[in-house]
Order: sequence, then structure tokens, then C-alpha cells
Amino acid sequence: MELLMQYIVTGLTVGSIYALLAIGFVTVYNITGILNFAQGEFAMIGALTCITFVNAGLPMYASIIFAILISATIGLIVERTAILHARNTSVIILIIITIGVSTFLKGMGLIIWGTNPKQLTPLIKMEPIHFMGAVINPQSIFIFIVLLILLAVLYVFFEKTYIGSALRACEKNPRAAKLMGINPSTMSALAFTLAAALGAIAGILITPITDATYEMGFLIGVKGFVGMVIGGMHSIPGAVAGALLVGLLETFSGGFISTFYSDAITFLVLILVLFFKPNGIFARASGERV
Amino acid sequence: MSKLEKVLYGNRLKPFLFLVGLILMLPFVVKSSYIFTILILIGIYSIVTLGLCLLIGYAGQISLGHAAFFGIGAYTSGVLTTSFQLSPWLALVIGMVTTFFIAYLIGIPILKLKGHFLALATLGINIIFYILILGLNQLTGGAAGLIGIPSLSLFGLPLTDKLFFYFFVWTAALLVLLLSLNIVRSHVGRVLRSIHDSEIATETLGVKVENYKVAIFALSAAFASLAGSMYAHYITFVAPPTFYITKSILFLIMVMVGGAGSVWGAILGTTVIMFLNEIIRFVGHTYFGISGEVEIVVYGLIIILIMMFLPKGLMHVISKPIQKLKQKKKVKIKSHKDMISQKGV
Repeated sequence: MELLMQYIVTGLTVGSIYALLAIGFVTVYNITGILNFAQGEFAMIGALTCITFVNAGLPMYASIIFAILISATIGLIVERTAILHARNTSVIILIIITIGVSTFLKGMGLIIWGTNPKQLTPLIKMEPIHFMGAVINPQSIFIFIVLLILLAVLYVFFEKTYIGSALRACEKNPRAAKLMGINPSTMSALAFTLAAALGAIAGILITPITDATYEMGFLIGVKGFVGMVIGGMHSIPGAVAGALLVGLLETFSGGFISTFYSDAITFLVLILVLFFKPNGIFARASGERV
Repeated sequence: MSKLEKVLYGNRLKPFLFLVGLILMLPFVVKSSYIFTILILIGIYSIVTLGLCLLIGYAGQISLGHAAFFGIGAYTSGVLTTSFQLSPWLALVIGMVTTFFIAYLIGIPILKLKGHFLALATLGINIIFYILILGLNQLTGGAAGLIGIPSLSLFGLPLTDKLFFYFFVWTAALLVLLLSLNIVRSHVGRVLRSIHDSEIATETLGVKVENYKVAIFALSAAFASLAGSMYAHYITFVAPPTFYITKSILFLIMVMVGGAGSVWGAILGTTVIMFLNEIIRFVGHTYFGISGEVEIVVYGLIIILIMMFLPKGLMHVISKPIQKLKQKKKVKIKSHKDMISQKGV
């Protein structure tokens, strides 16, 4: 029982990180039709810039805000330079461009920060909490709370603000949105910026638990992607649920089968989901334009 | 009819003979054994990228998992020749057949997916394969890798000699190239291109699109396996990092940089990327004193730029002026003829 509880807590923690990345994926994908393979790198950039600011003597909160702003700016620059130019080309070319961006950012990370893993002291300094036999790292609770707050903020943003509804309009039908005076190109830039900021938050949150290196990005990016696909491509709640599921799957398969094969099991489940429910397990049936 | 073929597919004999000549000539020009090694690796990787080019450029399907098939070939050869003392040639064939069937079975469900999802699924297969070869360490040697794979020998000639191996690899690559060229020109090639343009339209013409997609996927996997076996026997050592998704991405980039629209692009792209890698490493190392993976910055940047400004690849850039030149020639001859006929009048 204690073990079970522990797995659930760990799984939800990891899942929340994937969820933040998955939200970024969903936003970008629905507005631009692009799957940004470089999404994970923003987690790396966010985490490492935050550590640099903290080491330079800035207070924690200021460092976090600056790191998020810098990552968001880089996201905007990436969209304006690499993506904008190639938006109307084929899927394969877009995939390769985002892979190129990912490689480039990873390389910059290597040049700036080197290969050594870097640590970040947790924001909340507390003793681990014992709850129903499980040991909960306060950072886990913090991550979960941040995810909930962000979900609430995003809900308000998408549903109640003008820009949010413009973004949603672009998601539903870019052409009609254009006729209504919404510029899809601006919205695409906004989506990339938002996704980069969310990626940075994910990176900063995970660092106190796992440490940050220049190559941390790709795999958690791919896991976020997997979460989004499992949950369905079209909604933020679906993507979050999918990502949490991926986190749980990882810890449970790690605990009951083998930690070594947990990644393989995750991808196996992904492939099975793609075979049997290609629209994701939470998706409603939908038609496709030919 | 032959004229129509030329218009549709271009001349294949001239470039082929040019390539053969180039391959025969290079050993006399290149003296550095380092560059020779690169030329051999280009030959090996070209076999993979030729198959991948058929899959991407002609059938319009993406794969981010070909390093896995490359690895299946390499590990089949490695394990069968070291642990079971099988003949390397037999191991190579077993590897190809096994990979073909594995890819066929995987391909049936996976090729129902499209675009990003296909990319993700093939990526997942690559990661699963990577973890499996790490985990099955009794068979594969795990993270330490598999050492002592014997070299090939052909009709008593030991292929440990770089020159022999060079000719052997490139003969194989040329055979694969010929096969690919023939596929492209056959009715299969036309079906593949029509799948590329519209799967649904092809299906309405009564073509079983799935069968073709899966067959070409399995064929390209078998090519990759052949290359993997050669790689294993050439390097005589295989370790898991060689077969990670970074390698799959590398293959994909080679195809796209060369130009997926033409089989020749695969060989061109492989050559360009291999030399680019070496140049970046060399310049970075000697002039900037950097080592390790730093070159990936330049590498990423070049890929972005090529995809942004030359989405059809380098082959397109090269073949365009040649075609223009030919057209000009034709116009000249034509106008000359016109003048003669007018004078006659």
C-alpha cells in the first residue's frame, strides 16, 4: 500500500512536468499544425538560465521570472526566424527544421553551460512529508500546485480574454479567423512564446529533483509529446490527463516490472494507443477533411 | 517512347557511369587513410539513405527509426558470427531477411499513421530497440558493446584491406542504387509517387496503397540491415549509442539535404553531410580548441538554413542549371535548323 502510494505521488510529479510541456505542444500544434520537436529544449534553457541567475546572486523569484522571460523570447525568435519562413511547406520539412532548432539550442546550451549537471536549491525548504506511508518531497507538492494554478490561469486566458479567444478562433479555423481580422501569423508567434514559457517553467520545476544538463530537453520533450498524443491532440485537459498517465505508467512499470525497461514500456503503450485509438484515448470521434 | 522516358526520369546511364568512374578514380587520388575511412562510411550510409529516400521521397512516408533496422543488421551479424561462429555472409543474409520480416510486421499497423504520428511511432520503435540491446546484455554485450566481430573475406581476398573493402562497399551501394533506380522507373515507382501525392486518389484507382507502403518500408529496412552488417564487419565493434535516434535523425537529414525527390540526392546528401561533419569537427578542434559535441550548433544551423531556403535539397540546385543548359542547346539546334530550312525556301 505504501509502495503504491509512493508510486502514485512520484508518477503524478513526473507527469505534471510532462503535462506542462504537453500544454505547450497542444497550443502550438492546434494553432500552427506544427509539432515542435524543440519544445523540450526550452525546459533546458529555462532551468539553466535560472541557475545562472541564482548563482549570480539574484533572488530566487527574480531569477525564475527572468529565466521564463528569456526562454519565451527565444521561443519568439525561433518562431520568427526558422518557422515563419517555412510554415507552408511539407510536414517532413517542418519536422526536420524543428529537429534542427533542437540540435542548435542543445549545442548552444553545451557551449554556454558545459557538460556538468547543475543543481538548484528547492524553492520551498521543508522536511519531506509522510502521508499514508509515502514520503512526499515538498517540491512534488509545489509542482502539482503550480500545474493547477497554471491550468486555472490558462483557462481564464483562453476562455475569458480577448487574445485567448483569438487564439482559440485560430485553432478552430484559421481562415475564418483571418476573415474576422485576426492575424494567424501573430497568433502563431504568441503560441510559440507561450509554449516556450511553459517549457521553461517545467524545466525550472524539475531541476531541484533531477538536476539540469544541456541534454535534458529532448527526452522530456518527447515524453510530453507522448502524453499529448495519448490524451488526444486537441484539448489542453486531454493532454494534461495523458501526460499524467504517462508519468504514472513510467513509475508503475518502473516499480513493478523494471526501471530499466520503463521507457521502452512507455513507448510500447504509445504505439499501441496509436494503433487502436489514433485520436487519443480521451478524444471524441471526429471527421477528417480529405 | 525512349524520349518520353528521358523526359520523365532523366538519363540514368550517364550519371551512373560518372559515379562509377569517380569511385574507381578516388583511390588513386586520395592518399589519406582517414579520408578513405570516411569514403567507406559514406558507401555504407548511402545504402541506408537510398532505401530511406525511396520511402520518404517517393512514397512520402517519414521514418525516424531507421537506425534500429541498421542496428538489427549490425547486431545480427555481430551476434551470429561471434557467439555462434556462423559464416559472415550467411549472417548478413539472415540479418536482411529477419529485418525485412520485422519491418513488414511492424509496418502493417504503423504505416496507417501519417505525418507527425508516424514520426513519433518510428521514433518509439528506435527507442525500444535501443533499450532492448542495452538490456539483453547476455546476447548483445549491453552498454559495453560487442567486440571481436570478424572481418569479411571474399573469394580468399581478405577485406580487412581498406582498398578491397572500399570497392566491396561501393559495389554493394551501386547495386542498391541500380535496384532503386529500377524501382523508381517501374510501375511500382509510379504507384509510390502517386501515393505521395494523394493516398486517397490512388486508392480510388484500385491500388492497395497499404501493401505498397509496407513493402517499400520493409525493403528500405532490409537495405539498412545490409548496411548495418557491413558496418559491423568493417568496424569489428558495435555499441548501442551508434543505433540511437540521433543516427536515425542523421539518416533523415542526409536524405533531405541531398533532396528526397531523387535517388541520386541520397548519395549526394550522405557525402555532403559526412564531409560537413568532419570539416566542422576539424575546424572546431584546430582553430577554436573546442571538442566534444559542440559542432552540433553549426550542424543544427546548417540544417535549418538548408531546409528553409532549399527545401528540395541540393540535388535540385545541381540538376536545374544542367537542365537549363540542355534546353538552351536544343533551342540553338532548332533555330539553326529553322534558318537552314528558310534559306532553302
